[in-house]
Amino acid sequence: MSAIAAEIKAEVPAKRGSLKRSRRWALVWSYVFLIMFAVFFLMPPVYMLIMGLKSSGEIASMSNPWWVFHPTLDNFIALLTSEQYLTFFRNSAVISLAVVAITMLIAVPAAFSLGRMKFWGSTTLAAGVFLTYLVPDTLLFIPLFKIMAWVHDTTGIALLNHWWALIIIYPTLTVPFCTWIMIGYFQSIPKELDEAALIDGAGYIQMLTKIFLPVALPGIIAATIFAFTVSWSEFLYPMAFTVSADQLVLPVGIVTTLIKGDVYNWGQIMAACLMGAAPPLIIYAFLMDYYIAGLTAGATKG
Amino acid sequence: MAQVTLQKLVKNYDETPAVRGIDLDIADKEFVVLVGPSGCGKSTTLRMIAGLEDITAGDVLIGGEVVNDMPPKDRDIAMVFQNYALYPHMSVYENMSFGLRLKKVAKDEIARRVENAAQILDISELLQRKPKQLSGGQRQRVAMGRAIVRDPKVFLFDEPLSNLDAKLRVQMRTEIKKVHQKVRTTTVYVTHDQIEAMTLADRVVVMNGGNIEQVGTPNELYHNPATKFVAGFIGSPAMNFVPCTIEEAAGALRIRLSKDIAFPVPQERTGRYRALVGKSGLLFGLRPEHIMEQRQHLEPNQHPFEVELEVTEPMGMETMVFFLIEGTELVGRVNPDAGAQAGRRMKLVADLGKMHLIDDGSGRVL
Repeated sequence: MSAIAAEIKAEVPAKRGSLKRSRRWALVWSYVFLIMFAVFFLMPPVYMLIMGLKSSGEIASMSNPWWVFHPTLDNFIALLTSEQYLTFFRNSAVISLAVVAITMLIAVPAAFSLGRMKFWGSTTLAAGVFLTYLVPDTLLFIPLFKIMAWVHDTTGIALLNHWWALIIIYPTLTVPFCTWIMIGYFQSIPKELDEAALIDGAGYIQMLTKIFLPVALPGIIAATIFAFTVSWSEFLYPMAFTVSADQLVLPVGIVTTLIKGDVYNWGQIMAACLMGAAPPLIIYAFLMDYYIAGLTAGATKG
Repeated sequence: MAQVTLQKLVKNYDETPAVRGIDLDIADKEFVVLVGPSGCGKSTTLRMIAGLEDITAGDVLIGGEVVNDMPPKDRDIAMVFQNYALYPHMSVYENMSFGLRLKKVAKDEIARRVENAAQILDISELLQRKPKQLSGGQRQRVAMGRAIVRDPKVFLFDEPLSNLDAKLRVQMRTEIKKVHQKVRTTTVYVTHDQIEAMTLADRVVVMNGGNIEQVGTPNELYHNPATKFVAGFIGSPAMNFVPCTIEEAAGALRIRLSKDIAFPVPQERTGRYRALVGKSGLLFGLRPEHIMEQRQHLEPNQHPFEVELEVTEPMGMETMVFFLIEGTELVGRVNPDAGAQAGRRMKLVADLGKMHLIDDGSGRVL
């Protein structure tokens, strides 16, 4: 009896120890891979920063590419005082904000009706919305170009080579995907919540604005971030549809104006890219505070 | 305040019938419980009263008015859901006042009503909290508070206690009864728990397979079940059923359960049962509480019999004894001091005055 007890006693700490050890190894490996990932993905921006702080002379002198010997802010100052760069920046910002607004105005009601109000063909429509997202923009830009030309021919409204026309084009990229993720989010909200709201006397609009929008806030923020990032970084459409220097957006502008013939102004290119990458980063950082999972906690049993 | 009437109410999901044409009158201020196993149509019926489910055929009347095509918000009802369905982003106060704010009720009137309801439910200190900071029982109170502040014609409860643990469930059951005594609103309450149904209801509606089996006060259902289903569903542990035959010997009727066990039919029932002599497919039904230990003085309809006990379950205030008659397991409730022991033979007493005779084919109590 006491021998068995002693055996059990001896076994328990050993087991706990092995559990601890396997957990420690799991942690070690997680850190190894996390650090590898961090290094891999942080290398480009760090390299951009280093290059952005160098003068053209230092870049050309082939010194150690990972160190700045004579740091200078000339590249940044040149860009921030250049009318052109600020125009690109402004175009990109206005387009992205407008696209986010348009996308949300379309995607949220669309997702609400497709995800929550069961009607004839709603599931087919929801699948159709997603399918349109699967068509790549490389396939679409020629037909879109023709449509814009046709609009010009029939109505006289010139869409080509106008930056604001991109506000109409980008939602074709953002709306389907945002609708899709919002459908998923709305469907995860317990059905009893809208039934309770219905009985409390809410109409569909009130149900959407007073219950669904606040509860689905994390999903809406995810969709907003997506829409902003897509419009901020879109390259192909502005490349195809805008030509004049004052109509360009940031990604296209950097490549077309800072590369003159075969002369690559590396310092300014890198500085421009770094500053161009800042707004999405700031938006992430700002919205992540609100992007907390478990906002539905407490609604139902749990 | 209003009465609720269901007339030939039918609900089909595609081709599958969920509710098969039920009629029910619920009086003003009455507390009616719909009870039955899952899939019996009780929740669907409630949801049709609420307006959350389309009606396939028949009518729902609230306060004498047909409301079939009226949206839920115009029916002046309040509903408490099984999983509470509190708005997670609103405080308790906002949750409770949501309906009133939508109706544009004056601010001080809202405050007065919410505070009043909070007082009834004893949640005054919780008004500023968010639902996630509340325990299950507190959330259920808030859900009830949300219903009370609306001061509706009808309260609808959809299994409101099934998410709570056993102890809290009993507590909240009493709480709901107290609230109804204070607020006195017509209430329709759905549950699968027959004890909840018995303890809460003025009248219980037992449903099965989309039909109403029986409507009656808890005592009526307990003492005079109309069908085998009701007899077996109401009461815990459930009623014993044993196949039996009725035989006639020297002018007197006997109910034979096995070779050794036969009971004389109570005097007042001989007329009713005479036509059943020799008929097959009969069930003898007797509740566990009407099978007792042998005692000195027997009442007129109490008859002793002897069996071998299979299992005994001491419960403290009584002991459950399980035994077999012709392969059918029966259970009785005996005094804990009666010396019941598994494997031993024991003399028990059946109270034939409380028996039921059931036609197994139709399920009717004869």
